[in-house]
Amino acid sequence: MTGYPGGLGSRSGPARPLAILRAQTEMELRLTLRRGESLLLTLVIPLLLLVFINAADLDGADIQFLVPGILALAVMSTAFTGLAIATGYERSYGVLSRLGTTPLTRVQLLFAKTLGVLAVEVIQAVLIGLVGLALGWDLHGQPAAAVLLLALGTAAFSGLGLLMAGTLRAEATLAGANGLYLVLLLLGGVVFPLTRLPGWLQAIAHVLPTPALSHGVRVALSPGGGLDGSDVLVLVVWAIAALALAARTFRWRA
Amino acid sequence: MEVRDLVKRYGDLTAVDRISFTAPSGSVTAILGPNGAGKTTTVEICEYLRRPDEGVVRVLGLVPGARQLRYRVGVMPQQPGSYPGARCGEMLQLVAAYFADPLDPAALLDRLGLGTCTRTPYRRLSGGQQQRLSLAMALVGRPELVFLDEPSAGLDVQARHATWELLRELRAGGVGVVLTTHAMDEAAALADHVVVVDHGRVLAAGSVSELTREDRGRLRFRATPGLELAALRTRLPVGAQAAETAPGDYLVSAEVTPQLLAVVTAWAADQGALAQDLQTGPRSLEDVFLELTGRELRS
Repeated sequence: MTGYPGGLGSRSGPARPLAILRAQTEMELRLTLRRGESLLLTLVIPLLLLVFINAADLDGADIQFLVPGILALAVMSTAFTGLAIATGYERSYGVLSRLGTTPLTRVQLLFAKTLGVLAVEVIQAVLIGLVGLALGWDLHGQPAAAVLLLALGTAAFSGLGLLMAGTLRAEATLAGANGLYLVLLLLGGVVFPLTRLPGWLQAIAHVLPTPALSHGVRVALSPGGGLDGSDVLVLVVWAIAALALAARTFRWRA
Repeated sequence: MEVRDLVKRYGDLTAVDRISFTAPSGSVTAILGPNGAGKTTTVEICEYLRRPDEGVVRVLGLVPGARQLRYRVGVMPQQPGSYPGARCGEMLQLVAAYFADPLDPAALLDRLGLGTCTRTPYRRLSGGQQQRLSLAMALVGRPELVFLDEPSAGLDVQARHATWELLRELRAGGVGVVLTTHAMDEAAALADHVVVVDHGRVLAAGSVSELTREDRGRLRFRATPGLELAALRTRLPVGAQAAETAPGDYLVSAEVTPQLLAVVTAWAADQGALAQDLQTGPRSLEDVFLELTGRELRS
């Protein structure tokens, strides 16, 4: 068989699992960094809000308040909105079901997606931190506790994103993920304190993941630091519920 | 590969209704049928993309979904399924990276005429290019068996023949091929074994020569529509048949002799008609197919 050393049909085994994972993660990252609209959502909008709201000088929203909120927003935009939209379209284009016929396993695919999300989040956190420092933000408290909360938030938001992407049409996921992003931004204690909201809205906000994440990170990064137990509880419940539901309902074919 | 009594229902519709066939290893099996016949559903069950309601499937002796099949079987689904933002070359390299000893992606792309668009994003490839990339993705892992769902749909003549050439090489290399098609010429050109499917059932199965074999000869020709066949029938030998299969298409089933030809042309001349495109010989696969599946258009 000219041009095919070893012959066209001379069987190959699968590659080593780590080699597959590496190739898949590289592809996930490359695709994410290539999607202009998702970069706008994940990198530019949080930074714009940080600079803009800081300049607007709102009551109770100084730079110490804003940086933790914007970090929470960044996690939400990457792990929820970005992941949901990208996965929803991959599903509708038949990429997921096709790759399911190859040696790539579901676990490897989800692992690669997770690594892709984490890599983008690191870039976001560094950029937000640098812009924050330039605007006079002081880093206090326990960064490790903040990282733990951001990881919990990533789990909860990924679960929600995959839940939408795995059950809805891609167009519905696109609309829903963007709509929820805006609602959770406004109810999230991200750019202004929740105490500015009417009481009934505050009551709703207290059980949502975004306020728990922004508040938890704010506590962790304030002088003295520490973990707020109720914030951790809210995030853990959302993470377990969303991931379990997504695992049960996710359909690989559109 | 073996399929036995396969059933798949979508609500009230029974898409696959007790289909059974065997695809011998190392040969090309074509599942031939009109649109909506149940071909794609059948191969998707074999590919583990769908689950059957009833029946048994064995692929390389294994149940679909078996871990080994992920690297022993190559799949080209009907929907090509690539990341829209990935470049053509990247996409094939990604799939190649899933295998320990894949084919060289660059050589394979060259071979399929995609060597000049390795850096083109998938969504900018033409339909035919997407189709060829999809074929490359199915082959890059050196499978023992490939499932190809309408492999030449949307290809131009050159790409079609290049694809056929590659499939013949696969068979020569001992790779089994199971393909679906509604193109008669494709089945006739490639398949060792044809399974004719319609309305979810197997209508006929066998090699092309088995399917087209016939006891009697046939003579077909074209002439003005609506000629008087009764006059012809009285002059034909006993047992011979004559029919107008479509307006202007005539078919005479009888042993083809010089006398038969003379009778037919004389009859046509009596009616002032000229018999054109006279053809003798065995049925084509298309004749068989139309006889089995009927001529009405499918929705």
